[in-house]
Amino acid sequence: MTIQTFILVSIIKIVICIGVLLTAVAYTVWLERKVVGHIQNRWGPTRVGPFGLLQPLADGLKFIFKEDLLPPHVSKPLYIAAPMLALIFALTSISVIPLGDWVSIAGIHTPLQITDVNIGLLIVLGVTSLGVYGVALAGWSSNSKYSLLGGLRASAQMISYEIALGLSLVGVLVLAGSFSLHDIVEAQGGTFWGFVPRWNIFQGQFVAFFIYLMAAYAETNRVPFDLPEAETELVAGYHTEYSAMKFAMFFMAEYANMITVACLATILFLGGWKGLPYGPAWLQNLPVIWFVLKVFCFLFLYIWVRGTLPRFRYDQLMSFGWKFLLPLAIANLVITALVVAVRA
Amino acid sequence: MVPLSYYLVLSGILFACGVTGFLIKRNIISIFMSIELMLNGVNLSFVAFAAQWKALSGQVFVFFVMVVAAAEAAVGLAIIIAVYRTRETLNVDQVNLLKL
Amino acid sequence: MFHLIIFSVFGLICIVGAVNLLVQRHPINSALSLVVVMGSLAVEYLLLGAEFVAAVQIIVYAGAVMVLFVFVIMLLNAGVEERTQGSRVALWFGVPGILVGGLLVSWVMLEQAGIQAVPVGALPGPPKTLAWLLFHEYLLPFEITSILVLIAIMGAVVLASRPESVQRSKKEA
Repeated sequence: MTIQTFILVSIIKIVICIGVLLTAVAYTVWLERKVVGHIQNRWGPTRVGPFGLLQPLADGLKFIFKEDLLPPHVSKPLYIAAPMLALIFALTSISVIPLGDWVSIAGIHTPLQITDVNIGLLIVLGVTSLGVYGVALAGWSSNSKYSLLGGLRASAQMISYEIALGLSLVGVLVLAGSFSLHDIVEAQGGTFWGFVPRWNIFQGQFVAFFIYLMAAYAETNRVPFDLPEAETELVAGYHTEYSAMKFAMFFMAEYANMITVACLATILFLGGWKGLPYGPAWLQNLPVIWFVLKVFCFLFLYIWVRGTLPRFRYDQLMSFGWKFLLPLAIANLVITALVVAVRA
Repeated sequence: MVPLSYYLVLSGILFACGVTGFLIKRNIISIFMSIELMLNGVNLSFVAFAAQWKALSGQVFVFFVMVVAAAEAAVGLAIIIAVYRTRETLNVDQVNLLKL
Repeated sequence: MFHLIIFSVFGLICIVGAVNLLVQRHPINSALSLVVVMGSLAVEYLLLGAEFVAAVQIIVYAGAVMVLFVFVIMLLNAGVEERTQGSRVALWFGVPGILVGGLLVSWVMLEQAGIQAVPVGALPGPPKTLAWLLFHEYLLPFEITSILVLIAIMGAVVLASRPESVQRSKKEA
């Protein structure tokens, strides 16, 4: 493939991915409001369009038309940069997520992800680590006690649970033997005993899946770990002083992080784009549908937990991350490594 | 093709900036950040030589430097917090007596 | 040619970030310039073929160590630093001294035209080979470093905790 074709194909992929991701973020908000509404025995948005499907559009228009305040007591460069940083890092990790296998469209052989670097998983972890800056700088630059406390708590929580997140993934890496997300999904093909698909969750990473789940809830600041932005505790935490478009950017960044984490969970634990190993071959290898279905299930789980559980207190949260999840993740890693070494 | 000496010059400039920061800054956290800048400059030298002589030992050593730098950052920041709690200042020029 | 352009652009960003760290008077601005320096250094590592090291630089250095710095600056509410007698002296003597030293070293290095160019991505450094080296030849330094990290964690926890006597006096009062 020549360099011009490569650049053109990459640009097309980037445009499609960003468009799909931003629409997905908007409709995840809609899904959350509907599901949480039904859990709480009410309807959720129903008036704007059928089933309230145009509600995200209305919300977007509202955010654009709201007054974009710049309070006089903030430190301006950091105040304006913080939501941009949060959104940039939240949207960057989609670049290595594979939606499907290599395809040949019109003679061009390309993977269904923007790039297939051989350190794909580390890039996602790195971008997640950098996402803490958006939160910390928002809390600092707002020059208000609620924001500072919320920012400090949120960044401490995020860096604490990053460790458990990373360690829970190393078990998957030991089984797959590569950092590239494409290779990790490829290693989950085939079945056990003919009917159980060889996804990592059935290959013994059950504990790792739950560690990843809980660490992901804490990383994205969602219930039951959403103390840093809980309205009843800290006004609104680190985004107290933000309004209109900047607040919308934080909002979008949170949901984009949710979607990224769901995509990673399907790739690493639920077999990625591989379908269930029953039925005809064309059904098993549909390029994007299985992936989207699994991501949807994971997001539904996220929203279901949000509607059901109460939130942790801050010291309970931190001791859970350091004293329970971290030793459990290390134990999981040691046991996985032992099993792989004995099997080889 | 980028000659090796360009990487070494960049590493040297970063190291020199780190030393300058260490000497001229008065805030204890800024001094600590200049130390981190020096360590980063040295890391670049290691990786450049690893690429030059095709020896992966350079990159392995970079890990060790990073790990030690992270450990040192943790301990150093804990010391800074302890000093701030007793002396109420972060200015190095005012922390010059053993007596509080 | 393309590689020289990328090297120059990110090298320039490194140098500008380092000088900005020196020039800024508030530590949070210095911390953010240092993050920029680390990010562009990660790109330089990618040019040298050390992709795993670049990823670890972003995850560990820019994403954890610098977050710790920013966190401590926010916690201690560090303000703008003042100009004292000592800092003026250091400025007048230190900066020219370092400049002369740095220029001398750079001149010596650039004179060494005998060293050949480093091809981009020359070194195949897949994580597997690195891990092999780390756990076979460098096993002893690895174990010692892990003990060092354990000691550092314990030391940091002890140093940063509130002193016992204060708590006891608060309980008695």
